[in-house]
Amino acid sequence: MKWRLVAFIAIATAVLIAVAWLQSGGLKQREMVSAVNPEEAVQALMSDIQAHNYERAYVSLDPSSDVDLASFIRDVAGSDGGLRTYSSLQTADVSPLHAGSDQAQVRVEMSWSSALGSLHDVRDLRVRRDGSVWRVVWPKPSFNNVPPQVVPVNYLRWEVIGRNASQNWGAQDVDSPKVRITSMNAISRPGRVVILGEVENEDTVPAYLNVNATLLRADGSPFEEEGSFDLISHVLLPKQVSPYRIDFPGIRLDAVKSVRMDARALLVPASADPVIAVSDQTVGKGAFGRDVLKGELVNQSGHPVNIAQVLAAYYDDSGKVIWVADDYVDQALIPQVPVPFAVDIPDDIAGRLKNYRVIVNHYSRSSS
Amino acid sequence: MKTTTRCDFAWCKRVIGLVLFCMLPASVCAAAELHVPAIVEAGQSFAISASGSGQATFYLVGPDVVVKRNVNLGSDLRIQSSDVRIAGPHRVILCESSSCESTTFEVKAAQPAHLSFFLHPSRVPVSFPDSIEGTAFVFDQYFNLVLTPAVVDFRITPASGAGFSRQVPTRNGVAWMRVGSTPREGKVQVTAVLGNVEEARVIQQVAAEACELRMKAVTSGKMVTLETDPVRDCSGNALPDGTVVSFTKIDKAGKSTIDIPIKKDVARAQFSIDGPARISVACGVISGNEVALNGKL
Repeated sequence: MKWRLVAFIAIATAVLIAVAWLQSGGLKQREMVSAVNPEEAVQALMSDIQAHNYERAYVSLDPSSDVDLASFIRDVAGSDGGLRTYSSLQTADVSPLHAGSDQAQVRVEMSWSSALGSLHDVRDLRVRRDGSVWRVVWPKPSFNNVPPQVVPVNYLRWEVIGRNASQNWGAQDVDSPKVRITSMNAISRPGRVVILGEVENEDTVPAYLNVNATLLRADGSPFEEEGSFDLISHVLLPKQVSPYRIDFPGIRLDAVKSVRMDARALLVPASADPVIAVSDQTVGKGAFGRDVLKGELVNQSGHPVNIAQVLAAYYDDSGKVIWVADDYVDQALIPQVPVPFAVDIPDDIAGRLKNYRVIVNHYSRSSS
Repeated sequence: MKTTTRCDFAWCKRVIGLVLFCMLPASVCAAAELHVPAIVEAGQSFAISASGSGQATFYLVGPDVVVKRNVNLGSDLRIQSSDVRIAGPHRVILCESSSCESTTFEVKAAQPAHLSFFLHPSRVPVSFPDSIEGTAFVFDQYFNLVLTPAVVDFRITPASGAGFSRQVPTRNGVAWMRVGSTPREGKVQVTAVLGNVEEARVIQQVAAEACELRMKAVTSGKMVTLETDPVRDCSGNALPDGTVVSFTKIDKAGKSTIDIPIKKDVARAQFSIDGPARISVACGVISGNEVALNGKL
């Protein structure tokens, strides 16, 4: 009886230790240590990144990696309040590019989930054999640092003093900004109808803008209403033009007799700062071989832009807007540092694309 | 002894008044005789003579008031000015022990004392025909709409240039006018005047669309600095600071764009250039000139 109790306690202790080891990631550690091929090494690294266990991911890297822990974390998890800092690695698809006896090249397609949708990142990683295991050689990240300086920012800012609610009927007030839809185009896409075009703030004050579309039947009755959601620049400065796109999933274009458009603008406080330049825009091929509009964003302000969204309007040879696409940039825009972007061009649009225009939506944590 | 029943809300009082007014038709009553003026000015006290003798109960029912008091017949019944402030039909009822006498009178608005003045829009581009609308509602001191025709004088005073005015007669208590904006930007004061009553509003005349937008380019090595001429509309008014001007450069590296707000009448931008380049400028839907650098692209 006494020996049975001792045996039971010993077995229970062993089980508990095993559970603790598993929970602390011991299995992954073992996988990593015993990564018998390059894909497993990359997969184990991605597992650690997915678990936000950056220290262990860093330890697993090949010693020849020219990166320190802080830079590695910044490269992987983002910094400066960029969209990547609010994202989690959802999936990582690993595929070998080529393999030798001691070195290999592996492509990893990372899909990050964020509140603003999925973000995709493709990296080609070098993997090196270290004794009996394979380890990832993390490339040295290049962070452009701006030299210390004072950046004078003296762009205009608009504030609004509205009417006092206690004032009499008919008391003076300020009107909402005047905006105008300058173009509208209804197109049929697989499984949906899309309304797109451009809208201009014609006023001399900033506008917070929403564009809504109502699809009408032949008898004039409405059967669907949608807004442009985030496919528009909601804050438009005076004389600024924004593309918009409104999707109606599950609707066929032949069921639509007409479309009623409604642009609603509110007078809001706004700042003309930051100014973001969009440079070196070219149409080319993206990481997956698809047509993309590529370029760089340069924040010309003095403070970082945490989240930037690129909105691209594509035109045909008659100047008509034929598609509006967007892309969220997962890095923060540090002043004067170019940040690349790539916006998809659908295959059928690419053939008709003659011109394009890019504008940038931005969100800064410090701005009000 | 006067008993006045009052509601907390003006609308409530009006509804109760109207209900009582309708529930007590004159035909049910026939005893003491009432002599009431047909029309009374709002806020003016007056007297009602009631023939007969003895005690009676007096009721006054109006859109905003219900009054009940015990009175002695044969003497004048004084109606306080505070009981007839709201314009509209009023009914007086006099009840003796067994019968009631009833009649109606109308309270008309008093002399104009307030103007509710709506002026739209609060900002208007210069030289825009029929773009300024003014509507004045004429009220007396108790905020009854004054239906008696009167002439409202709309005085328009631009920041520069001569002022002018429009005399508009009221119809059903409302005077309405529409004028175009003048060619110079700045504040425009519009005052609605009726007798001694004045109500002023200010609107802002702002520059219209950019006109003859032009820029010049100065190259320095691989950089080009672009600066527009002062951005003005076709009347010569400067577009306000903060208005966005878009510069677009096309060169070997691709297309680069930047939206720059106007600062002190001009917009400035800088691009790096790689070989021949073509640069254009636009403000809203208005295009400006185009500059070719280092030969044609």
